[in-house]
Amino acid sequence: MKNVAFKRPGSTRVLPGFGLSMGISVLFISLVLLLPMTGLFGQLFELSFSQYWAIITDARIVASYTVTLGAAAVAALINAVFGLLLAWVLVRYEFPGKRLLDALMDLPFALPTAVAGITLATLYAGNGWMGRLLEPLGFQVAYTWVGIALAMAFTSIPFVVRTVQPLLEDLPVEIDEAAMSLGAKDGVAFRRVIMPYLWPSLVTGTGLAFVRSLGEFGAIIFIAGNMPYETEITSYMIFVRLQEYDYAGASAIASVVLFISLVLLLLINVWQGRFVRRLHGGKG
Amino acid sequence: MRRIGDAPLTRRLLIGLALALSALFLLLPLVAIFAQAFSQGVAVFWSNVSNVFTLHAIGLTLVIALMTIPICLVFGVALAWLVTRFSFPGRRLLQTLIDIPFAVSPVVAGLIYLLLYGRNGWIGSWLDQHDIQLMFAWPGILMVTVFVTCPFVARELIPLMQAQGSREEEAAVTLGASGWTAFWRVTLPNIRWALMYGVILTNARAVGEFGAVSVVSGAIRGQTNTLPLHVDQLYQDYNTVGAFASAALLALIALLTLAAKAGLEWRAARRETRYSSDQLPETVSKSVPKTSSQTPLESMPSGQNRQPLGGERRL
Repeated sequence: MKNVAFKRPGSTRVLPGFGLSMGISVLFISLVLLLPMTGLFGQLFELSFSQYWAIITDARIVASYTVTLGAAAVAALINAVFGLLLAWVLVRYEFPGKRLLDALMDLPFALPTAVAGITLATLYAGNGWMGRLLEPLGFQVAYTWVGIALAMAFTSIPFVVRTVQPLLEDLPVEIDEAAMSLGAKDGVAFRRVIMPYLWPSLVTGTGLAFVRSLGEFGAIIFIAGNMPYETEITSYMIFVRLQEYDYAGASAIASVVLFISLVLLLLINVWQGRFVRRLHGGKG
Repeated sequence: MRRIGDAPLTRRLLIGLALALSALFLLLPLVAIFAQAFSQGVAVFWSNVSNVFTLHAIGLTLVIALMTIPICLVFGVALAWLVTRFSFPGRRLLQTLIDIPFAVSPVVAGLIYLLLYGRNGWIGSWLDQHDIQLMFAWPGILMVTVFVTCPFVARELIPLMQAQGSREEEAAVTLGASGWTAFWRVTLPNIRWALMYGVILTNARAVGEFGAVSVVSGAIRGQTNTLPLHVDQLYQDYNTVGAFASAALLALIALLTLAAKAGLEWRAARRETRYSSDQLPETVSKSVPKTSSQTPLESMPSGQNRQPLGGERRL
């Protein structure tokens, strides 16, 4: 889009440094990103298919998929609502503390995950600030899947806010004016006029939050309690296999995680591509 | 003109709800870290922080971050220069490949390095014969840290350098400047703020990385324990106050990162308003695309201001 405006034919090789920058980039990507992948495949090829299948369909591992996917889905749904609310409030309204709230949105990315993990675990444990309020009411958060979903929601909320926010900022005022001057009520106008414009980015942001939640480790293991079949996440299972020096088992589970997150990312990219083309009126 | 959601009641309700939820789920944890760290007084906090193992963990963490930054800087600038100044087959593929670290779970990242360079790996076994140990030692920590942080600088630079185009460098080179001179005198001044932001993000992630590092470090106290691993160990040992003392140091770095981000954004916004008056040189204003607005030369592109830390939005 905007990048293309600067591309002029014939201008590509005026500047020097092609060989050097290509050399550094390719060397780095090969050594740091691609070469280590060979280790994983090497390990996987030592397993027969039936062994591989037995590892990844082990009952305890399957339970961890269910916990991880379920909690990540709940976290993503919470974030879709909460993130939309925050983006809306940050773009549309002026109020004291707005800049502070805006800065606070990035906290989950800036805060090391282990720190977020022990903090949430301490807050929501039975004797923590939140746990003391919630447990008498019958809500147990720490050491249940609710805690896992909470930690996932915490670490991935910025994805939704920061994906929806720029779109909301670019929304033309005329849209509001047209809807309001035709006498629509706020709720109807939001649902019928703003949401159709916003929901593709909301889906993208929620999807990214979901992928991030699937891979999250540090923020979750402290609050999860890690009880077999109940509150073990898949990343933790890889970690456990590694501590047992079961490298083959760890690799097999890791390959499942890697496959799922790469496929989801691909889907999100395709989705984003389609949506961008549609908005700019190009042909599919 | 009244806009959607401008009714006083809706407005107050939504702002109140957003503030209450953010205070509960984002601000409260932040407050809790410092409250726990100082729960037994400043003296206990200080003795926890000045503990010999904590000091070693701080030192190791800083050294790793200091070594990671230049590596990521060289790679990030080279890759950004390559994909924004030249067009060649495979250009998009390179841009996609550098997003791998964002897609890979940190534990999986640690695992693939362990499999390759550990004693059983095909490189690791050769290294082992030559008495070189990378895993469960600081080089391993450095390697996985570079893996998880390498996209940040490139991700910050690419959109900016693409928006700026290569006209200024081309002019410099055409007038006889060498490639290096053009880079140091023309490119670098234009990208320095984005570069700084990239470094801040790299540093924040390098200091805080836990999952990948915990797989390859072995977490030997006083030897291969980084600050996040130290926090983990103290917490597992039921030394909650000690764990939160170290956690408070990491939270402080996170707060500095947020402040730096807000500062750079504020600066970029100020430049935008300055340039949006008639100060844009004629040639430049012609070449700035009007669609996405507010993308004057030299300032950060608007998309960048609103990214999550590290531009992970464009995974």
